[in-house]
Amino acid sequence: MIQALLSFEFLQNAFLSGIIIGVIAPLLGLFIVVRRLALIADALSHVALAGIAGSLYLSQQVLFFAALNPVYLGIASAVTGSLLIEKLRGTYRDFEELAIPIILSTGIGLGAIFISLSKGFGSDLIGYLFGSVSAVSRQDLWIVILIAIVVIGFIYFFYNELFALSFDPDYAKVSGIHGRAIQIVFMIITALVIGASMRIVGILLVSSLMTIPVAAAIQLAKSFKGAMLYSILFGETAVIAGLVLAFYLDIAPGGTIVIISIVILLLALAWKTVKDKLNAFDVKGERSYDA
Amino acid sequence: MDNTIIQLEDVSFSYEHSSVLEHISFRVNKGEFWALIGPNGSGKSTLLKIVLGLLKPSEGQVKLFNTDLDIFKQRERIGFVSQKANSFNSGFPATVLEVVRSGLTRKKGLFKRFTKKDEDRAMYALGIVGMEPFAYQSIGELSGGQQQRVFIARALVSKPDLLIMDEPTVGIDQQNVASFYSMLNTLNREYGIAIVLVTHEIDLVTDLATHVACLNRSMHFHGVQSDYKKLDDVDISKWYGHPVRRVHQQTSEVTE
Repeated sequence: MIQALLSFEFLQNAFLSGIIIGVIAPLLGLFIVVRRLALIADALSHVALAGIAGSLYLSQQVLFFAALNPVYLGIASAVTGSLLIEKLRGTYRDFEELAIPIILSTGIGLGAIFISLSKGFGSDLIGYLFGSVSAVSRQDLWIVILIAIVVIGFIYFFYNELFALSFDPDYAKVSGIHGRAIQIVFMIITALVIGASMRIVGILLVSSLMTIPVAAAIQLAKSFKGAMLYSILFGETAVIAGLVLAFYLDIAPGGTIVIISIVILLLALAWKTVKDKLNAFDVKGERSYDA
Repeated sequence: MDNTIIQLEDVSFSYEHSSVLEHISFRVNKGEFWALIGPNGSGKSTLLKIVLGLLKPSEGQVKLFNTDLDIFKQRERIGFVSQKANSFNSGFPATVLEVVRSGLTRKKGLFKRFTKKDEDRAMYALGIVGMEPFAYQSIGELSGGQQQRVFIARALVSKPDLLIMDEPTVGIDQQNVASFYSMLNTLNREYGIAIVLVTHEIDLVTDLATHVACLNRSMHFHGVQSDYKKLDDVDISKWYGHPVRRVHQQTSEVTE
């Protein structure tokens, strides 16, 4: 494996991209989960599907698109989708969650049309849907690095505001934090992370890398910083182990990454249950001793 | 030196065509403890939202610290504790210290990280409300009364001159309400923080507050506590729209 990693550029691209998205996807995912926006990541990844399928279809029709990396159009459509979701959440103030099925079905609808219109981009599309070890180019890696700098910079500089808005949006508003502007940037950043992650995890599974490690982390963490560290640790473990498994079994890494994330989640839930039972036992023991 | 903190001049507010507040004028000065009482739907929370800048009055003028509300920027001088604080997501992974420190976000400004000094300030605020020993505990593990103390610490951490509270004792068991109010009394007397408290717990608060305002769409009474106690029950019942009886210097609503 190490030999192959040193010899093949595509493997280096896949592993370096994987290590980076193993950090940024759960990092941003924590803010998405605690703000109860987990389904938004799903909606945006399906909008990215429309962009990817559109780009693959256009590459068969127009010369310009044949030379264009489909990831660009995927990211552009996810960013557009994120802005549309924000707009719709404002329009349906009392039914904010409506924005998600509207945008999600629009994404799948457009994706289905482009896939039906085109003739034979099966293997390319499978790679985008479920991720790929072999398809990550050096250009894809540079896109991932650029997006990671933007995401980590945004979270580093706006950490206080993001925490305040996530914990208690009403209080944040009263205390004069510019929630609206930060929310719009946050949505765009989410779309960028989905764009960066889809080459490795795949469009259909990208939201799971943003949510499942976080679901495991909040079972164990007492503090927000702790939840952040656990999320990254679990996300990174799932990506690296998932990529290694996918390489040896010659299968799509999206599936292995998600299943390893689920195993980590089950272990975290089991650990929490055992810990709670032990605590309850200790309290009971103390009480009976006191009595 | 002018000690005025809140100044409302002839403020009215209506939702579409229904009038909620009519010609409200009153003033809160430094160091005062106001109990804002009135029946359900009397416009108490709406009045607070106007003072906090969340709603714009249909008519009239609002000034905070002698500055027109539209151009008032020093939000950190006002601490706010809502009645909804009890209904936050209790599974949120955050320590008490992280929650309290978040009260400094606006004061720190954009692109700034919290320092050790900010942490010390948060610990100090926790000390004021008697919650210092819980600093590293998860916020979701605390009782409703303890959580509300933490939210007061979050409001206090930016060293505000004014604390606004909208029914902060909702969800706190009756046993802890008295000690909660005694803590507010300490904040007002020892730390000189002006308090405006909207409440239904009129028995305890009207004894603690230095001033009482009785609102039911319009301001029926506002003045010092001793004048409030001299009022006739018949008048208060008329303002409330149903019988109100005060017993032994305490006020209680008669439910029928």
